[in-house]
Order: sequence, then structure tokens, then C-alpha cells
Amino acid sequence: MSQPFGMPGDPPVDAALAATMGLSAEEYAHAVEVLGRPPTYTELGVISVMWSEHCSYKSSRVHLSRLPTEGPQVVQGPGENAGAVDIGDGFCAVFKMESHNHPSYIEPYQGAATGVGGILRDVFTMGARPIASLNSLRFGRPEHPKTPQLLRGVVAGIGGYGNCIGVPTVGGELQFDASYDGNILVNAFTVGVARSDSLFFGVAEGVGNPVIYVGARTGRDGIHGATMASAEFGEGTESKLPTVQVGDPFMEKLLLEACLEIFASGCLEGVQDMGAAGLTSSSVEMASRAGNGIELDLDAIPRRTRALSPYEMLLSESQERMLMVAKKGREQEVFDACAKWDLEVAVVGRVTDTGRFVCKATPGFDPWTDIAREGDPRVVVDLPISLLADEAPKYDRPRRAPSTAGTQTPTVAPAEDLAEELLGLLRSPNIGSRQWIYRQYDHVVRDGTVVAPGAADAAVVRALCETEDGPREKLLALAVDCNGRHVQLDPFAGAAMAVAECARNIACVGGKPLGTTDCLNFGSPERPEIMWTFARAIDGLAAACRALDVPVVSGNVSLYNETDGRAILPTPTVALVGLVERPEHVRTMAFAREGDLVAHLGAPSRGALGGSEWLTQRAGRVCGAAVGIDLDAEAALQRALLELARNALTRSAHDVSDGGFAVALAECCLTGGLGARVRLPGAADRPEALLFSEEPSRVLVSLAPEARPRLEKVCASHGVPCTFLGEVGGTTLAIEDILEVPVAALREAHRSALNGIVPDA
Amino acid sequence: MRIAVLQFPGSNADWDALHAARDVLGADAYYVFHKDTDLRHPDAVLVPGGFSYGDYLRPGAIAGYSPIAAALRAFDGPILGICNGFQILTELGLLPGALARNAHLRFECRFVHVRTEAEGPFTRGMRGRVLRVPIAHADGRYHCDDETLRRLEAEGRVAFRYCARDGHLPADTADTEDGLPINPNGSRAHIAGIYDARFRILGMMPHPERACETILGSDDGLSLFASLRRHLEAQ
Repeated sequence: MSQPFGMPGDPPVDAALAATMGLSAEEYAHAVEVLGRPPTYTELGVISVMWSEHCSYKSSRVHLSRLPTEGPQVVQGPGENAGAVDIGDGFCAVFKMESHNHPSYIEPYQGAATGVGGILRDVFTMGARPIASLNSLRFGRPEHPKTPQLLRGVVAGIGGYGNCIGVPTVGGELQFDASYDGNILVNAFTVGVARSDSLFFGVAEGVGNPVIYVGARTGRDGIHGATMASAEFGEGTESKLPTVQVGDPFMEKLLLEACLEIFASGCLEGVQDMGAAGLTSSSVEMASRAGNGIELDLDAIPRRTRALSPYEMLLSESQERMLMVAKKGREQEVFDACAKWDLEVAVVGRVTDTGRFVCKATPGFDPWTDIAREGDPRVVVDLPISLLADEAPKYDRPRRAPSTAGTQTPTVAPAEDLAEELLGLLRSPNIGSRQWIYRQYDHVVRDGTVVAPGAADAAVVRALCETEDGPREKLLALAVDCNGRHVQLDPFAGAAMAVAECARNIACVGGKPLGTTDCLNFGSPERPEIMWTFARAIDGLAAACRALDVPVVSGNVSLYNETDGRAILPTPTVALVGLVERPEHVRTMAFAREGDLVAHLGAPSRGALGGSEWLTQRAGRVCGAAVGIDLDAEAALQRALLELARNALTRSAHDVSDGGFAVALAECCLTGGLGARVRLPGAADRPEALLFSEEPSRVLVSLAPEARPRLEKVCASHGVPCTFLGEVGGTTLAIEDILEVPVAALREAHRSALNGIVPDA
Repeated sequence: MRIAVLQFPGSNADWDALHAARDVLGADAYYVFHKDTDLRHPDAVLVPGGFSYGDYLRPGAIAGYSPIAAALRAFDGPILGICNGFQILTELGLLPGALARNAHLRFECRFVHVRTEAEGPFTRGMRGRVLRVPIAHADGRYHCDDETLRRLEAEGRVAFRYCARDGHLPADTADTEDGLPINPNGSRAHIAGIYDARFRILGMMPHPERACETILGSDDGLSLFASLRRHLEAQ
């Protein structure tokens, strides 16, 4: 094998240059050894992005294998662009979540927008039409000077992209914590619907088949984005601006419609979007999955700027681009669809049987100049696919349990005015209304939003699936959750709580949870404490996914979330998709009728305040004993909830989570505009502990009085404790002997939660 | 009843309009692509919401240069432009005024109430009726000059105005209900929709096609389509 051609002006390649691209000395030495020669500058760029943490999962792969990924409902597990679960009648829900943390911190609008664009492409690449999006956001302290502009930019970016392409953003979650001051999190989730027998995969099948480039032209934006996403932040973060991509949702809308038409024509063997590491990773991954090689003619790459080098074309992360492998002789069908939608299209290569990634380019050729092409194309990249994909570095990094110093429960003064404490929590940015955010998202486009943001624990969207016997209505329940504070205190239980809460949210709206996607946001894997936390969190996710029968079908890992050596709270965000069988099973959180009974399902609180919002505010830091979770009790509770909804025995359901019992009760009142008079379940020697504990596996339901005996019977049959607390009615929320607050005051406090950050809220 | 739903590149409520007309109303509804030049003999045309051509210049500004625009101008039956469709109709000059950036400069999506004030093919027998319908737009602030406003008012062409739940109009654009402005975007005279001088073309920012089924939170929007059916059947 001859040495590939180095382009004129390429810098000399050595370990020091490799280090600037994020490769360690050992990794560089390994590449040289396998190749039997030093890579060219262009090849070094290709190797470094493919071996970046973002693309290779080199620190996480050994742990991810412990996650359960199988079940009768799984249509497509991890490893493809997105996962899929069966929703009946031959259809599946296709979904995934991805992080866009670092770009969003550097440039919040475009970072968040392209995060949405990327996850949408992951879903429609599978052949599914996207029907809804969610997001999970983390910002620093509300009072941090950067928080307002980051919040404004991220929300506008998510809306700007999702609203334009016309996929409703129907829910999400948000937390502010000092640990995110220098490293925000933007995790974007999208779900689509497809026929299970018509999914598309990222495979370069069929030697000799043409490789076709579709979509936006290639520019210099986003070069080394994947590498940037795989390093911690420090001084000079702003100088990383050129690594952020710029999104064009209009282009993506055209791409979406063209792709769905191309897929339907049956002319494709495989397709993959050009996401992180752009043309390089899409080509290499498609070839790797098929066990083939791929050869690209870089002269043919559509480009929007002059003098792009092979290095730049291969590493650009310009958005809204797709790589397709068509069946030989059917290229014209792709061209026709692209002509209809005014999209750029070009044959840029072919599938080979060499097992190598080969790129050719003519030195000095630039389609933007009038200079005629001189000479023949030269091979500029010639690398084994295996070196870039399966045989990329894989590490089992050292792990060490972190010190628990500083997390002991401090002595906090007892609360004096519990009504004021409750109002304070409702007013706090971590608890109160998110309407300033979701009003900026089109959450009603596509005529499918059955439960809108803010109304219930999970969103419910309707998909109309076209079958031979006419359209079938499918109701998908969607939830996303994670509370990094509980993960910090106990990574196993905290991660399990995230899955449990999502599944409970879905059960509360009347759905059966089917599958999970995750987005694992952690600090540097090179620190043993972080790696230990990561591994424990994986075990917690795995245990909960098994106990609740929600296998992981897709996901994403985002490491190096730290600035100047300070890591974020461990944040293994999870999103779940469930199915609501019938529209009449849908429940929201709002108390609906005067005289209805209020019941507490699940074991009453022990008054454990560890990790709670109330304690964190009081102590000024995340602290306390971890509250833990009993996954068997959780599973029983969820089975009971589903049976209650399906038999119309409840009128509303809302789980106790951030802020605890009092906040959950207040939310039932303020969304419904009705008061309630209840007693506090459990022994009340320190009522604030019972009011504000965030122990999991508890749900508040309301029900018609005549439904009580049957509800008790269902709960007993599942072994779920059920405590009747009082009834709905009046204009105040009264907790006997403890507090009484007008519903109007609850509403006002709740509504104003973000006013301190965005005064125009 | 044949209803043509126009599809511009970037239209994204085209499906919503087709679904409401075809699946809910039972009309013979079909798409007409912007590169076509023939509307294929519809009884009425819907110009749907979205971001035609990306709305990068001005919302709706480019659609008038589409091949289908000539057929739309020549069509003599009822036309309903919703959201981006309303913006397109003003850019085409088929309706007066313009839709400017919302007063608070953000995209706004929520249910609002509008009071029906004019009778026409889409609002027959509905005067005074309050509808609960969603909005979803960044550029929905209706604006026109004094003379145009005077004419709209004098000719009774204001089809919908933003109002409180009970139908009363806001005292001014800052007037709130449930903590939110009743007039959600600062529109002049609280205008949410207008008819042309012949009461044939209706443009409106709220989305009636997204409020045609109770499962979606409101079926008040169906009244516009039911009115259209009555109007066409009476001809």
C-alpha cells in the first residue's frame, strides 16, 4: 500500500500535532503501528474524530453493555441511528435522545437548534416521520450572570428549529444548579412513527452501489465539533466558536420530505445522516456495519465555499446533509425527489469490497474557480475501516468511589411558616411554571397534541398510522427526567429513580411504558471518581429498566462536562416512550371536580429530605442521605396506576417528585383551579420533612367517591398502600393543622418562577 | 366539496389543514404543490401555516413568486389563509395590512379566545361567537395604516378579534387574563383575522384547523369549516 498523497501546505504530522486533535501519545503510536506508516494530515483528522469520545464511546462502551436492550417489544435496539419499539398494527415508535451541551454553551441559539436538527435527522433517517420532541435542559445558578442569556438562547434555538420544521415540542424538564454554571446541558429527544417492516438502516450494502450525497452544501462550520465535544472547558472557550455548526431548519424540512419520498420508492440500500464527524463518520459507520469498504470522490462533494481542503470536507459538520447508498441503476429516483424539493444531490462515491476507507481528490481543484482540473485525482486517505470503527480504542478506565465528605445532612432550622415555604418552592426556578419556555415552542403543530406541556406528568401525542384498513390512532406517552442531585448522593439509586420517575409519569397519564433512551452526561472519564459514578449509574439504569420492563433501545454518552476541573452533577437523563391504549384512559394532574376524593398511593414518606429542592435551598448545597428506591414497590405502583386508569377509577394522577408532597398537591390544585382539604400522610413530628421529601414511588390521585371501594381493591391486589387524605373543593389548599393557602396565591407563585431570570416571563 | 391545500416549501401545517378538511370534515381535500400551475378545480383553497421558503426574508414574502401564485390570484372562490397563509395573502396583496413581529419579540404558542365579528363564507351565522383556538407564530402582530383600519371597521371586515374567555375585548394590548395578555401579539385593534372587500378571502393568525377535535382540546375551529360547507351547498 503506497503512502497517500499529502496535500500541499499540510502541516507535518507527529504526536504533538495528534495531541492538538485530542489523540493521546499512545493512541497516535497505535495508529502508526497498525498503518505501518505515519498517517497524512487528512488521515490524522479522520482518525482523531473517529477515535474521539463522542464518536467512539471509548470510555463508556465496556459499561454500556450491561444495559438491558432486549424484549418482545423491541423492534430495533442500540447501534443504529435510533431505536424502535412496537406500538401495534405493524407500526413502531422510533426515538432517541442526544446531547448538544458544549456547542450550546459556546453559542446557545445555534448549539441548541442544531441539537434539535441532529436528533430529528437521526429519527427520520430510520424512515420514521418525526411526530414530537422533548428536551432536558440544565443551567447554572439562576443568579449566575450568564444564565439569562443562555436560557434565552437555548429556548429560542430549540423553538427556532422545531417550530420551523413543524415537529411539535411537547414537553421537557429543566433544572438550575451551580454545578452547571460553566457547562450547561441541552439534551434533545425526538420520536417518530414508522412501519416496522419499512425501517431504514445505516448500511453500505452492495459492492459497486453508488454513494449519494443529499442536502446542504459543505462549508467550514463545525470542523472538529466531535473533538471539541470530547474535551473539558477552560480558558478560551469562546475561541471554539468555529467548531459550532449553523442550522437551517427550512433546509431540513425539505430534506425530511425528500427523504421520506426516496425511502418510499424502495431505491435505497442504506442511509445515514452526516452528524458528528460529518462525511467521515457516516461513510465509515455505514461501511463498517455492512462489512464493506467505501471510496469517496471528494472532487464531487457539493460545497458552499472556496478552496475547501480534503481535511475540511471530511471533518466539516455542516448540517442538513444525508449520505445514501442507492441500488445500482436507481440513482435517478433519488435525483428526481431532490429536484422536486430543490435539494443538492451528487454521486460522491461507491461501495467497495476492500474494507478500506479511501478518498480521492485532485490537488488544486476547486469547483468555485474557473481553473480546469489538472491531473488525476490522488488518493488522500486510505485507512482500514476496522481501525476507525470496531478497533477504535476502548478503555476500562480506573474507578474509585468518591469521598462522601460534605454530603452529611446538615442541621437546618425548622421551618416557621410552612405556607410561605410552600409558596417559596412554587416560586423557585426549579419547581414553578415553565410556560415562558413552552409558549415559545409550537406544541400543537401536526394536530396530535392530546396532553400539552404543563398539564400532566407526561405528554401524550396522537399519531395517525395509515393501514390498509384506514388510519389507526396511536397515543404515545412521552416523558424525560433526571435529578442529578439524587444521582450525586447515590449514583445507583439516583439513576434508577430517573427511569422510575419517567415510567411513573407515563403510567400517571394512563400509558404503559415500552422503552428507554438515555443521554448520559458526566464529567471527565479520566477521573476515577467520575468513572466510578458513571459505572454505578449504569447499574442503576439497568436495574430499573429490567424491573420496569423498559429496555434501552438507543442513547448517547456525553463526557468531559466540566469546566476548569469542576464537573457537573452526574446527569444520566432518560426519556421513555409509552403507549396509551384508548383516549379515555388519558389522565392529567388537575383536580377536576368538587367532592372528589384525594388519595395517596405508595408508602407514605419517611421524611427523608436528602437531595430535595427544599434541603438544597436551605443548606446551600446538595446534601443529605440518599433516599433510595424500592424497584419492586415502584413496579407494583405503576401496574396499579395503569389498571386504575384503564378502569376509569381515577380522575387525575400526579406523582410526587421535585419539591415533594406539598408541591405535588399544589400543582393538582393550581392546574385545575380547585382547592382541596387534606391531611398529611405519615407521622408529623417534623411536618416540613413530610411535606418536602422527594422520596420516590408515590402518586396523588383524585377519584369519584363511589369509585373508592374498587380503587382500594385494585391497590390491595397489587400490594400498593393507599391512604385517603381528604377531598377536592373550595378555593384554598388546606393541609390540616399545617397550612392553608388560596389557590390563586399558589397560581401566582407558580407562574412567576422564572421572572427573576427572564423578567419578561 | 373539493378543498385544495397549497404546499409551499416550508409549509408545515399543510397536513393539519388536510387532516381537518379530509378526515374530520369529510371533504375531498388534496395537496397542490407550489410548482404546479393548476389548482385542479377546487371549491375552496386553504393556504396553510408554516415557514414558506424558510421565512428568511419576511414571512410569506417569497410565496408570491411561486408558479402556483397566479392560479391563486385567478381563483374566484373562498380562500382561507391561516398563520403563514395569512402572511402570504397580505404579501400577495389579496388582503390589506401586514403581520409584524410579535410585540414581545418571541414566538408564542397557546390557546387564545377570539370573538367572531364578521359574516362570510367561513363565519356564516357566527357573529358574536367566541372561539377557543391555538396560536403558534412569531410574526402575528396585525398592522395597517389608519385609513385601512378605518375602512376595515367601516366595512365590517374584521372577522376575529382577540378577546377574554367571556368575549369582552381587552381595554388595551397590555390587558391580561390568567396572567397573560389577552391580545397575544400586540395586534392593532386586537385584530386576529380579516376578510377582503368581497368577503371571499379570510386571513387569520389563529389555527382553526388545529381545533377541530375535542381530543386536541377544542373543536371550536370546526365551525369555520362547517360554515364553508353550508356556504358552498347554498350556491
